[in-house]
Amino acid sequence: METYYDPADLAAFGDIGKDAPHLAAKFFDYYGAVFAEGALSEREKALIALAVAHAVQCPYCIDAYTTACLEKGSNLEEMTEALHVTNAIRGGASLVHGVQMRKIAEKLSL
Amino acid sequence: MNPSRFSDTLRRHGLELTRGATSTLQINIGRTCDLACRHCHLEAGPDRVEAMGHETVEAVIACAGRFSFAAIDITGGAPELLPRLPRLVSGLAVLTPKLIVRTNLAALTRPESGALPELCRDHGVALTASLPAANAAQTEAQRGGGVWETSIAMIRRLNGLGYGVAGSGLELDLVSNPTGAFLPAPQGETEQRFHLELERRYAISFNHLYTFANAPLGRFRAWLERSGNLDAYLSRLEGSFNPCTLPGLMCRSLISVNWDGFIYDCDFNLAAGLHHGEQRIHIAQLSELPAAGTPIPVGDHCFACTAGSGFT
Repeated sequence: METYYDPADLAAFGDIGKDAPHLAAKFFDYYGAVFAEGALSEREKALIALAVAHAVQCPYCIDAYTTACLEKGSNLEEMTEALHVTNAIRGGASLVHGVQMRKIAEKLSL
Repeated sequence: MNPSRFSDTLRRHGLELTRGATSTLQINIGRTCDLACRHCHLEAGPDRVEAMGHETVEAVIACAGRFSFAAIDITGGAPELLPRLPRLVSGLAVLTPKLIVRTNLAALTRPESGALPELCRDHGVALTASLPAANAAQTEAQRGGGVWETSIAMIRRLNGLGYGVAGSGLELDLVSNPTGAFLPAPQGETEQRFHLELERRYAISFNHLYTFANAPLGRFRAWLERSGNLDAYLSRLEGSFNPCTLPGLMCRSLISVNWDGFIYDCDFNLAAGLHHGEQRIHIAQLSELPAAGTPIPVGDHCFACTAGSGFT
């Protein structure tokens, strides 16, 4: 079945630079610098990226950072915990807006 | 991918893979193993019966006496299950400054192993143990159910003998292969994490940890094919080709003797059936070490040793 997402397309990410190479170069240089070892290790950064990939629900990123996490030495237990962090923040972000609901409802209600 | 892909890659980089000075003798004692690990390039397991016989054992010891090897490395299968292993250990220990016995840890707990840990200790043998991960789930996914607890208990026993304990001079190194179709984690960081985890959770210690890519051979290749991972994995290995790994590749400095006595440039070429010098040479007939510059036969599995930091 035809689909918008094809795993093989991930390898063509670099093609995005074809019509704006100077912008792509800046982005990919920045991208590389972000994921380099720093105050956080490459393994920790890959776990953050995996969590964010699920938050933005990007199949390319989930594919890439699942592999990256395994290759940086993370295991499924750690990766699943990272995913629950995503879930907690996403769920919490919905739930905390209940404060607005309550304030509005209280204002409108007797 | 066909075998010439690795040759093509070397050619593109203007490189040749040839032998350097030979410093290590690796002895593969056979295919018998108590485990049937899913990444095993030799498809070793409990049903395999190939084992090094008495004459070959003696020919190997004689070879080690004829030449000078900086290291001799006994592997398998599970070397612990070879009844002639004590003879190999005592015969070889006096002929090299570094004798290594590989262990899957679980086999050391079996009755066939007897007092092997003590024998190794008494001869100052270094032990290299397989432990793919510092957790039960990944370890047992690769090596089978129950292996984690057994491995931890055996490391604890080895620590009790002095192995892996600072200042004892008894080396216990770990080898971690990825638990699937992905590249190994960086060695330095992974070693630190293993030290921390194993010390904190289990109060056990070791010296060094080595991370190596899985070679797309044997049981692992069959799994790659069945699971639809083969093409992507081979591309991943090929795409990670690092020409800087070439000078230090083990096949340049090692000769690998199969259980039947025939020699190869490394254990992966042994699994692939690629003989040293592209001819069947028996260890008993080896009158001189391979000449520097002798070409090394290659296949697509060679990309496993040249990916990233490499397999040296």
